[in-house]
Amino acid sequence: MTLQGWFLILLFVGILLALTKPVGLWLHALYEGRRTPLHVVLGPVERGFYKIAGIDPAAEQGWRRYAVHMLLFNVSLMVFTYAVLRLQGVLPGNPQGLAGLSPHLAFNTAVSFTTNTNWQSYGGESTMSNLSQMLGLTIHNFLSAATGIALAFALFRGFARRSATTIGNFWADVTRVTLYLLLPICIVYALFLIASGVPQTMAGAVDVNTLEGVRQSILLGPIASQEAIKMLGTNGGGFFNANSAHPFENPTALTNLVQMLSIFVIGFGLTWTFGKAVGNTRQGWAILSAMVILFLAGVTVTYWQEAAGNPILHELGVAGGNMEGKEVRFGIAASALFSVVTTAASCGAVNSMHDSFTALGGMIPLFNIQLGEVVIGGVGAGIYGFLLFAILAVFVAGLMVGRTPEYVGKKIEAREVKLAVLAIAVLPLVILGFTALSSVLEQGLAGPLNKGPHGFSEILYAFTSAVGNNGSAFAGLTANTPYYNGLLGIAMWFGRFFVIVPMLAIAGSLAAKKYTPESAGSFPTTGGLWVGLLVGIVLILGGLTFLPSLALGPIADHLSMIRGQLF
Amino acid sequence: MGKDFTSAFRPAIVMTILFAALLGLVYPLAMTGIGQAIFPAQANGSLVRDAGGRVIGSTVVGQAFVADRYFQTRPSAAGKGYDGLASSGSNLGPAAQALVDRVKPDVAKRQGEGVTGPMPADLVTASGSGLDPDLSPAAALAQAPRIARVRGLPVERVRSLVTANTETSPFGDPHVNVLALNRGLDAAAPAR
Repeated sequence: MTLQGWFLILLFVGILLALTKPVGLWLHALYEGRRTPLHVVLGPVERGFYKIAGIDPAAEQGWRRYAVHMLLFNVSLMVFTYAVLRLQGVLPGNPQGLAGLSPHLAFNTAVSFTTNTNWQSYGGESTMSNLSQMLGLTIHNFLSAATGIALAFALFRGFARRSATTIGNFWADVTRVTLYLLLPICIVYALFLIASGVPQTMAGAVDVNTLEGVRQSILLGPIASQEAIKMLGTNGGGFFNANSAHPFENPTALTNLVQMLSIFVIGFGLTWTFGKAVGNTRQGWAILSAMVILFLAGVTVTYWQEAAGNPILHELGVAGGNMEGKEVRFGIAASALFSVVTTAASCGAVNSMHDSFTALGGMIPLFNIQLGEVVIGGVGAGIYGFLLFAILAVFVAGLMVGRTPEYVGKKIEAREVKLAVLAIAVLPLVILGFTALSSVLEQGLAGPLNKGPHGFSEILYAFTSAVGNNGSAFAGLTANTPYYNGLLGIAMWFGRFFVIVPMLAIAGSLAAKKYTPESAGSFPTTGGLWVGLLVGIVLILGGLTFLPSLALGPIADHLSMIRGQLF
Repeated sequence: MGKDFTSAFRPAIVMTILFAALLGLVYPLAMTGIGQAIFPAQANGSLVRDAGGRVIGSTVVGQAFVADRYFQTRPSAAGKGYDGLASSGSNLGPAAQALVDRVKPDVAKRQGEGVTGPMPADLVTASGSGLDPDLSPAAALAQAPRIARVRGLPVERVRSLVTANTETSPFGDPHVNVLALNRGLDAAAPAR
């Protein structure tokens, strides 16, 4: 580890903390449906959309209607993308002349991008035409992110409203977030990327005659426009197979820093918005503190392990940290930091290959996703996931003192706790169930590239990533088979919507409750004790659930690595 | 519940079409137009041309260098090496036999060329993209004696070329763009 490495990590966190309130304020304006300066330009677009679609943005929806409209919109988008991908061969915008996708790959990809996972069973450059990247995939990068933020808003309203039957209007939330937050930032962001060396053209590959006289084809395309929203929307689906390790997606150390910042910035802001929405911004800072503590712990382990390097290679005379799967322009610190950021949020973009990390260095990204990606988390999904843990934490605190727990002015009762457990239980159920299945079935065992415990880690990481809607991978796994495409597709769908629906039910249930003012007997949810309890609950739940699977994978892998046992 | 469903059909379908048009066509095409107008070089891949105008590479994306007369690039898992249509890392785990089988001969080869002491890690490991355009200064300097021998240059001259081409950033590691370095080398001393 170097001083410069730690400077980067602390600078990164410092910039985000400085941005938390401004971004939170902007989000709060959208949460309340207030007018922003951007309405002058984009207001007519918003009103035009409502008019054509027959939407009354002021019509409040109960949680059931909010959920149904959200689900049908997502199904409609998914079918649209499935059609675009299947018809790719006959559609324009295809300079490489690529064929349509197979049914199972198109299904997997459509689910993947709809659920904000952006798991990629394919290599982008050899599979997706320019039109598919734009029309099939980029739209999901915006709308799955906007859906996540809309859902977070709905839950905030559940906490903030009193004796109410409604939690907002889904269409208004999604449209405002897209038009007044995501799109304007992406326009500026994409320009910055282009200026830094990210291509943006409708052309295909360029033939290069290299200095050594060899022919090399370099693929270009509309990369910057997709890259911007891929990061900001914590989507992570790259234009290229190598994702943000590819120099055309992430050409410099500066673009790398900005990419990492853009993964987290909305997640940081939403914690402030939550505090503001429930009338006490300290509630938001308390949640953010717990998240940042968990994040820094993860960064420390991964950076330490990657900088320490691989003892098996040291034995061969190789110096220093682990550079397998890493780019020189980023180096160890910026690669380790990126890997923890992308898995703490539900982004899944990678600037280095997690599969080639040291065993424990690669375990942290895996564990981050297993915790439910609540350490900052994906746009929207992070904060609503974390609030589920907060409900469990006040419940545990309530059990200890024998009082009905309260959180930000709402009594937390049996219904909310049951629904929270239901949402959180989806993760282990699907991750561990499908991993176990794939570890015994022939079709599952055909997947891993690596042998031994690392091969098991590849399977475990795949289902963890799918259920957690992350999308990063131990990419040695050959996943483009009917078996994996199908099963991972189902896992992504469960991981997204089987968390969202109980979460919206909680929002509806909370909205209906009366306000319970804080009293002398209330457990304070702003101080250090609360932050410690939150961190503890997240770690204990995640640890107890997943430790056995980690022991079979990364921990066994680590023990082999330090003994020099090869597979 | 029934009304919840029926009321959703029209907005779901219409908003899909409207957003697809705005986010899937207008936005990327507008960015393409603006990008091509303001930053045409970068938007088209930062291509490098020789004196005759032929495209010889990109300043951003790496290309393979395997000849002794050039600074050689890192091992690559992109296709058969530096395939611009098949970016990829090796995805080999830390305790993979295949990793050792690949690194061992590479280390031996470098030692045969006169590299002494610890081997710079990036010189014998595959990058994440397989298209890494850079080497660490240490990995470039380790090749200086060989280049000096083949090109008949003083080794100090080769070293100073590396130093002159080294780029630093507070947000990443120092690196040397191999294409720029090798072009500098060709300009300094045509290969014999």
